[in-house]
Amino acid sequence: MIINGVQIDDTFAEAFNMRGTRVIITAQNHKWAYNAANAMTGFATSVIGCGVEAGIERELSQEETPDGRPGVAILMFAMGSSVLMKQLENRMGQTILTCPTAAAFSGIEGNERINLGKNLRFFGDGFQTSKQFGGKRYWRVPVMDGEFITEETTGMVRAVGGGNFLVLATSQPQALAACEAAIEAMKKIPNVIMPFPGGVVRSGSKVGSKYKSMFASTNDAFCPTLKGLTKTQLSDDIESVMEIVIDGLTDADIRKATYVGIKAACALGAENGIKRISAGNYGGKLGQFQFHLRDIMNDKSLSGESA
Amino acid sequence: MSALIFALKKDLAQKLDVSPLSPDLLANKSLADIGATLLWYGKQQIRADEVFTISGNDTNQLVFDKSTVKIDYIGSGLKMGHITVNGDTGGFLGFQMRQGSIIVNGSVADFAACGMAGGLLQINGNVGDYLGAALVGERAGMKGGTVIVKGNAGERTGDQMRRGMILIDGNVGNYCASRMLAGTIGVLGSVGEYVGYGMRRGTLLLTKTPKLHATIQDCGTHTLPFLSLMFKSFSGLPSKFAEINSNRAHRFSGDIGNDGKGEILVLK
Repeated sequence: MIINGVQIDDTFAEAFNMRGTRVIITAQNHKWAYNAANAMTGFATSVIGCGVEAGIERELSQEETPDGRPGVAILMFAMGSSVLMKQLENRMGQTILTCPTAAAFSGIEGNERINLGKNLRFFGDGFQTSKQFGGKRYWRVPVMDGEFITEETTGMVRAVGGGNFLVLATSQPQALAACEAAIEAMKKIPNVIMPFPGGVVRSGSKVGSKYKSMFASTNDAFCPTLKGLTKTQLSDDIESVMEIVIDGLTDADIRKATYVGIKAACALGAENGIKRISAGNYGGKLGQFQFHLRDIMNDKSLSGESA
Repeated sequence: MSALIFALKKDLAQKLDVSPLSPDLLANKSLADIGATLLWYGKQQIRADEVFTISGNDTNQLVFDKSTVKIDYIGSGLKMGHITVNGDTGGFLGFQMRQGSIIVNGSVADFAACGMAGGLLQINGNVGDYLGAALVGERAGMKGGTVIVKGNAGERTGDQMRRGMILIDGNVGNYCASRMLAGTIGVLGSVGEYVGYGMRRGTLLLTKTPKLHATIQDCGTHTLPFLSLMFKSFSGLPSKFAEINSNRAHRFSGDIGNDGKGEILVLK
């Protein structure tokens, strides 16, 4: 399969069951909503080292937020519910409670509820008060800039993490340009985040290592400088490989984001050095979900919706 | 299906307890069975059809026509459906109601919404004392739901109220929000003396600064973001409060003689 001179590998991305939540962060203006959201989703690229994978889903207008202020929606994913709850509370306490004018609200319904501000209220040292509106409980915690407002809980849903694709190009700037184009297009898709810096990861990993203490190590088969040393997956003309990892609320959301991202990367085409699109997997043995690249790119329903 | 109408057909000499006439208790009953329902009238029991002309068949939509202040316990323990009252009603309107709605096109006596736990109670006239309060001997009053009063309310409005919302377009008598435990009371008109007496927690929204006693403390004027959430939740309610959208208020806190975590917010 070739799109605009770019080869789409006959392979698949392998993804996992995760737990996810959405939080709406509002503030006096978008600048401070982003300050809070960027802090909350900072150092949240991979569950391996950060506990959670998190990112900004999209900007929200005043009409879209519970308190009528500008805001942003963030998505946060973890491998299990207890990690998600712990990380959410820690991050809320250190980044939203502390950020001037910021408030946090549940952004997703769900039968399973996890604590958002439930325990943060104790920062109020007895001066905190709760209010219930429309069946939802909110906490008002007195702080130095006025009052910190937070909903008590947010919803937790089953989600999918680890969707991905690889961009193989003839140079590093060209690989990055294609990934930037893909991310710009993918940011418009709801219910997904690309948790790595700028949405792109350069250090794809394989399972295992020669060192006993390491569970994962560099994906040598895709390292261009090791072409002559390992069982490489790269042809002579590939000099740089970058990966985009996608976490989403459902597998359909990841399929959609994958389609849009690959389409945008391929739009630059072979003449801009984009040679191949591949994907990372573990042979299909570990993950509960498989996203076959060719199947996604041939899916007429995805192309229809994205037009 | 037409609403099930209970039209009062005689002057009542005694208080009439109509608590058995609620949608969940009348469901699937024939008109004859409904007419045979026994009601306490003073110290004796009488059949419903002795005092009411009964028509209609939708037990989920009840109407009390020509109602008077002698009829107590309308909508008592209401769990579903809708009740319309045309005329005045007696005490304990919506007593311990849990869901559904009641609209009264008239005025209401004391202890309306007593022990109410949910639903909507709309009073288009005035209401007596102890609105949303606790039954005598109980430790907490209204614990959920929404009460809207278009007219005035009497004394001890929201006494020992535990949760829920009372919005009053008119004036309120003395001891408004006394011993309040939590919840929200809004008054667009004036309030009498000893407002917030013994108030423990909860919010009293006012538009004019009342005379406050010494144990209610001035905390200054503030922009409170939670008021945006609150007024947003009011939108759509048949109350003048639905038209307000201000998040600036003068905050008084008290009663410091009783924990002092209640607040009186005077909207600016």
